[in-house]
Order: sequence, then structure tokens, then C-alpha cells
Amino acid sequence: MAGLTVGRRVLITGLGTFWGGRVAQALENDPAVDLIVGLDTTTPAVKLERTEYVRADQSYSILSRIVKATQVDTILHTSLAVDSTRMSGRALHETNVIGTMNLVAAAGAPDSPVRQLVVKSSTLVYGASHRDPAWFREDMARTSPAKTRVERSLLEVESYLQDFADESPDVTVAILRFANVLGTDIVTPITKALSLPMVPAIFGFDPLLQFVEEDDVVRSLEFAMRERLAGIYNVAGDGRLPWSEVAGVLGKRVVALPPFSPGMLLGPLARLGVLELPDEVAALLRFGRGVDNTRLTQAGFAYRYTTSGAVESFSKGHRLRRVVPPTRPEYAYQRDVEAFFRHSPAVVRPTS
Amino acid sequence: MPEVDRSRTVVPFPRAAVAPEPVSAPRLGDVDAWGRSERVRAVARTLYDPIYRHWFRAEWEGLDKIPAEGGALLVANHAAAIPSDAPVIMHGIETELGRPVYGLADYLFKALPVVGTLWARAGGVPAHPDNAYRLLRQDGQLVLVFPEGTKGSGKLFRDRYQLRRFGRGGFVEIAMRAGVPIVPIAVVGAEESMPTLWKSPTVAKLTGLPYFPITANMLLFGPILGAVAYFPAKFTLRVLDPIHLDVAPDQERYSRSRIIDVAEGVRISLQEALLGMLSERASVWRG
Repeated sequence: MAGLTVGRRVLITGLGTFWGGRVAQALENDPAVDLIVGLDTTTPAVKLERTEYVRADQSYSILSRIVKATQVDTILHTSLAVDSTRMSGRALHETNVIGTMNLVAAAGAPDSPVRQLVVKSSTLVYGASHRDPAWFREDMARTSPAKTRVERSLLEVESYLQDFADESPDVTVAILRFANVLGTDIVTPITKALSLPMVPAIFGFDPLLQFVEEDDVVRSLEFAMRERLAGIYNVAGDGRLPWSEVAGVLGKRVVALPPFSPGMLLGPLARLGVLELPDEVAALLRFGRGVDNTRLTQAGFAYRYTTSGAVESFSKGHRLRRVVPPTRPEYAYQRDVEAFFRHSPAVVRPTS
Repeated sequence: MPEVDRSRTVVPFPRAAVAPEPVSAPRLGDVDAWGRSERVRAVARTLYDPIYRHWFRAEWEGLDKIPAEGGALLVANHAAAIPSDAPVIMHGIETELGRPVYGLADYLFKALPVVGTLWARAGGVPAHPDNAYRLLRQDGQLVLVFPEGTKGSGKLFRDRYQLRRFGRGGFVEIAMRAGVPIVPIAVVGAEESMPTLWKSPTVAKLTGLPYFPITANMLLFGPILGAVAYFPAKFTLRVLDPIHLDVAPDQERYSRSRIIDVAEGVRISLQEALLGMLSERASVWRG
């Protein structure tokens, strides 16, 4: 908002995801944002007032046409997949790597109107290994080679974006690396594990984990856009908690999985649908991870939640959901309804 | 992809409209950001105190040279197949000075189930330069490091009290960057508490350990008990004069030759102190 005279035109990738939807909602309240266009393979899951939704294929091949047609000046790239339990390795590659290639191609076209790019990445790029420092700064490299598909794809994506940032001095590129997200709404392998009657842990390990609350996720994306941040930033709450203490806050006990070849047990458990711990999460439950969040706070961002605050927030949502049973979704996207509200002459819109 | 799970959507959750105060929940445990727990440490102190006092009969000289506040890098010689010196130094300083000590150790520890977790709760930190820097500079803590690393604890009994190479002097660079003094500590007694008679490079390679020792303790007490039972060698610890490095902290780089000079200086003064202490020692067991 600060210092902006002309309204911004924003494109959000991954509008159907938690991140994209919540960010779009936040931007709708910002009078400095003139236009919000959202792309995704799935319809938005949250109610949106003025965001225009366009269905895209998995690799966003339609992106350059949309950028040209809407003349957006800002792209929020929130579609990167970080949960490998939700899609196959191939789909993950398609979404992350090919999707970002198409994005870079659209934003880097000769007559491109795009001046800013904010990317939602993950601290998965640091991996988790026993050689790690306690706190990763943005400029520190991971200590073990990336073996999982999701980590490799994110590293590839970040290197594309770095190249793009180097080649295009007139576009500010911000890469935000988010720690594991906790909150009242979001569902990840970690929140699923924490929602089980007993929390799975790896025997003999009690790693220190760092979390970021979902509100801070949305606020930091907004912040990066508003302040035109450039470069790489870790986004994570202050402090770290042992996994056993996280379970303790939820009032649960931990159940230990065997430390050697846990795959023998995890495979059948995943097939039964009890518990899915992909390799990158299993490594996290062994060695934990910490990232230094000072770069973003020095840029002026104020976190609302520490790590323990994020755990507390998750715990509240979890307790509430246990008592008040899950209801039917109160919102479902319907194309003709949304089109009516946005474009029909019958709708009386406030003139301002 | 993390997203709202539509199958079990979402009880409308009460949300504050405007920024409330930052949320930080009270903690259940007391494990700090480095994995150290004062409660675990207190239990360990209670259990270890008889060993410290009556088995090793540890005796300090010049304990007042360790700063009462602010960061300092404690540098000691390293010995015994399973090092007995780190617990003695950490326990001694914590009980005598009331200051926590974070012990840097090979990151190998962290990969071991149970042992790695206990080690971290007891104040052990993987020896990453950035960990040491943060502990010293930001947290102002005492950090214990053995520059010889596994070369020190893995040496044979016939090489006892002969210091190995001090790495590449990384510890000096960390002290410079953090702007803290280096405090050398000479330890006599650890070498005799678990002497290594022979090493098996083949088994070490197979198990991925830095060395695989056959100790006198193992020969005497068997392989299981021998791995934990130390001989009651008398421990004498001498704190040498702190070395203040008159360079500005947080520099991009420091002079390589200066680093090597200081590291070698620390090594020589520790070696001389050890020789002096050994020449005064009448008995390995009685001191």
C-alpha cells in the first residue's frame, strides 16, 4: 500500500491451494490492488469476492497468454507443491519445475509487464541431516545431497528463479522459504501425524522442529509483495520445540517407530492409510531443522507467532475440531454464480 | 500441496481481525533451542557427581580464569577411547561455577538413536562452525571444543599426552569471529581411564565409526561393561591463561597465518602444561 499510486494487478498461481486462496482473500481487502487473477487446476476452496479464477493445466502452459491479456505487474507464485503424499513424483515435477519454467518464460518475455515475482518455496531445500547446522541462513547450502523428488524439484525451481533474477534486473524476485506450517486449517503430513491418537516418532530421536503459523504465511507473502522484497528469505517462527513436546502440547503420547529401515513399517502403514511419512518428513523426524529468520525480521516483518505459538494455535484448532464435528463445506465454487456476481449488470456494485 | 482439506472442512475458527499481541505459548519442557535441557542436566549431575568426586577425584587449578559471564571458547586435550574428559570438564564447570557448558562433538553423535538425543539434552552440540559462533556471540555461552577431534581420543596408549594436530585452526577463527577469549584447559587422567591398546581399521570401516578400539577395559571387563567402565585414574585439570585475540569480530575473513600461529601457540602451551603436570604426578591413581 505504501507509496503506491497506481493500482496493482496481481496474478496468483495455485489459487485453489490453501496459500493461494488465503493470500487472494487478503489482497481483496487491499484497495491498492486493482485486479487479482488466480490460476489453478482446481477451483478455489475459499470464498472470493473479486478475484477472477482461470482454470489451468498442471504445468501452467496457459500462463504467458494470461500475462499478456491481463497485463499483470505482479505474480505470486504459490503453486509449488511441497507435500509429496498428495501427488506422484511425475506430477510434482510437472507442477513445480515445468510450471515455474512456464512462469519464468511468461514473466521474462520481451514485452512482459511483470515487475515483481514472489515465490513460495520451502525450507525443504535445506534437507535434514545429522551434519546440519542448528540454524540455516539463506546463504548456507544443504549438507547432504537431495534424494527426494520434492527436494530436488524445489532446488531446481530455485535455481531457475535465481537465473531469472540475475538476467532480469527490472524484475524483483523474492523467494520465501517456509518452515513447516501449522495452524487451524492447513493439512500437511506433519499435521496428519499430529492428529493421530498417538503421535508417531522415530525411536531414539526427539528432533527440534520449527514451525510457522498459517497467518504469518499469508502475512509474509503480502509483506514481500508490498515491500518489494528481493532475494531469499526464510520464514519461520522464533525458537524450536522437541517433537515430544509438540505432542505433549496436544495432550498426546508418542509411539516410536523402529529407527532402522522404518520403511518396512511405513510402507504397510501408508497402504492402510494410517500414516504416510515420505522420506523428507522421516528425515525431519530424525534430525529436525532450524532456520535463521532474522533476514525477514530485519526487512521489517513482525511475526505474530513463535514456534510454540504456532503449536498452540494448531492445538486449539485441533481440540475444537474434535468436539465440533467436521461439517459440510460451506463454500463451493460455481462458475456461473461467480460470473454473475462479478459481471452481471444486475449486481449493484459500490461506486468508489 | 498443503491446502484446505475439503473432505473434513473446517469448523469456522474464531479469528482476530486485527493484529493481536504476538503469540508465544508457555512451554511444557525446558529444552532450549540447542537441545539442552536443564532438567536432564540436573539429573545427569546428580548421577555423575559421585563418579566425578569419588571415582575420578577431579581437581581443578585456576578455575577462576574461566570468565564468570560472557562467551568463551574452552579448548582442551582429548583422550580415552570413549572420551571421559568432556563430562568431567562440563560437570566441573557447571557445579563449581554454576555456568552451563555446551560441548561440541562430532556430528556422528546426532545420527545415533537414544545416544544422540541424550547427548543433546546434556548440552552436546554438533560441531558446526556456525553453531559455535552463535553460542559464543549471540548467546554468550561457554563452549567446549577438542581441536584434536577423534584423532585425540582415537590415539593409542603409547602416544598418551602427545597432542595431535589441531585441525586447521577452525576454533581460532570462530573465537576471532565471535570476539571471545580462548581458554585452554589441560587435562591429566583421561588417557589412563580407558587406554586404547589396539585399533581395528577393518571394523571401523565396516561400522562407519571413526575408529574401533580394543581397550584395556574391554580386555578386563568384557566388551559390554568394558565399553562403559573407566579405570579410576585421578583427574587433574589446569586452566591456562585466557588468550584474548585483539581482532575485530564479525569480519569477512581473518589472516590464515595468524589463525595457524594462534592455534599452534595454544597447542604448544597445552602440551607444555601437560608435560609439567605429568612431571609432578607421582601416581596415575592417586595423583
